[in-house]
Amino acid sequence: MKSAVLVFPGINRERDMARALRLASGHEPAMVWHAETSLPSGTDIVVVPGGFSYGDYLRCGAIAARAPVMDAVRSFAAGGGLVLGVCNGFQILCEAGLLPGVLMRNAGLKFICHDVHLRVERSDTPFTRGYNAGQVIRVPVAHGEGNYEADDETLKRLEGEGRVLYRYCSAQGTVDKPSNINGAAHSIAGIVNEAGNVLGMMPHPENHVEHVMGCTDGRGLFAGLAAHLERAA
Amino acid sequence: MKARVTVTLKSGILDPQGKAIEGALKSLGVDGVASVRQGKVFDIELSGSDQAKAEATLKAAADKLLANTVIENYRVEVLS
Repeated sequence: MKSAVLVFPGINRERDMARALRLASGHEPAMVWHAETSLPSGTDIVVVPGGFSYGDYLRCGAIAARAPVMDAVRSFAAGGGLVLGVCNGFQILCEAGLLPGVLMRNAGLKFICHDVHLRVERSDTPFTRGYNAGQVIRVPVAHGEGNYEADDETLKRLEGEGRVLYRYCSAQGTVDKPSNINGAAHSIAGIVNEAGNVLGMMPHPENHVEHVMGCTDGRGLFAGLAAHLERAA
Repeated sequence: MKARVTVTLKSGILDPQGKAIEGALKSLGVDGVASVRQGKVFDIELSGSDQAKAEATLKAAADKLLANTVIENYRVEVLS
């Protein structure tokens, strides 16, 4: 698995992400600066990490979404390449038009930084094959703007096409109001695009991949990606 | 030329910041506030003096960057 991690000014989770990718694949990810106009040849997956690109100025992810490297990411995605965006990365992918909808201010207006439970909605995708459908995983979140919103038509399509891959839930796997930490529509924590090759999610699976982190529930996502790409190769 | 782009949330989009401001105004005793929606104002200095061209430039700026048209509306004005 040859991965490329995008680096924008103000991003701060790129090293956590690189570590998780290295752990899962055994390969050193390429760190790609935002001003680049192409991706390293042979890239299997592009990862847009979390942080606060451009200080969240204008709207979260808005300026990063228009960086030169994003044109290369757009054509990579159009060709079926896998793209993963986490936290600010999810916001950037929405702003770039690679995913529908928008991440609004958390309904409670507070920055939320703690572990949450996610229900994995299906296991037959490159982004979830390391898990079982219905499995509950525990991963951290750290965001002020993670409240996913889209118009009714878009939400209906996302649900109808099974494109919600991760949903906030209780420890028992119940999707309810108290577990919907930021007020997201349909408790959405992560969605894929129509073609199923671009995932955006607010929680940080890369921060739960080693025992020293207290939990390894995030490993499945990266292990699943590595397995998917090995099989494809 | 001086110009202004005003970006506002579309109606029906939940605005938690506006709601918080509305609550704060009420607790300050500012009477008669029914609701508050928060938006953004961009004051832009344009080179050139062609009104139609200026409006096209502002529209392009709003569409490409200043507004997220999924959730926001915008209005462009050439002020002078």
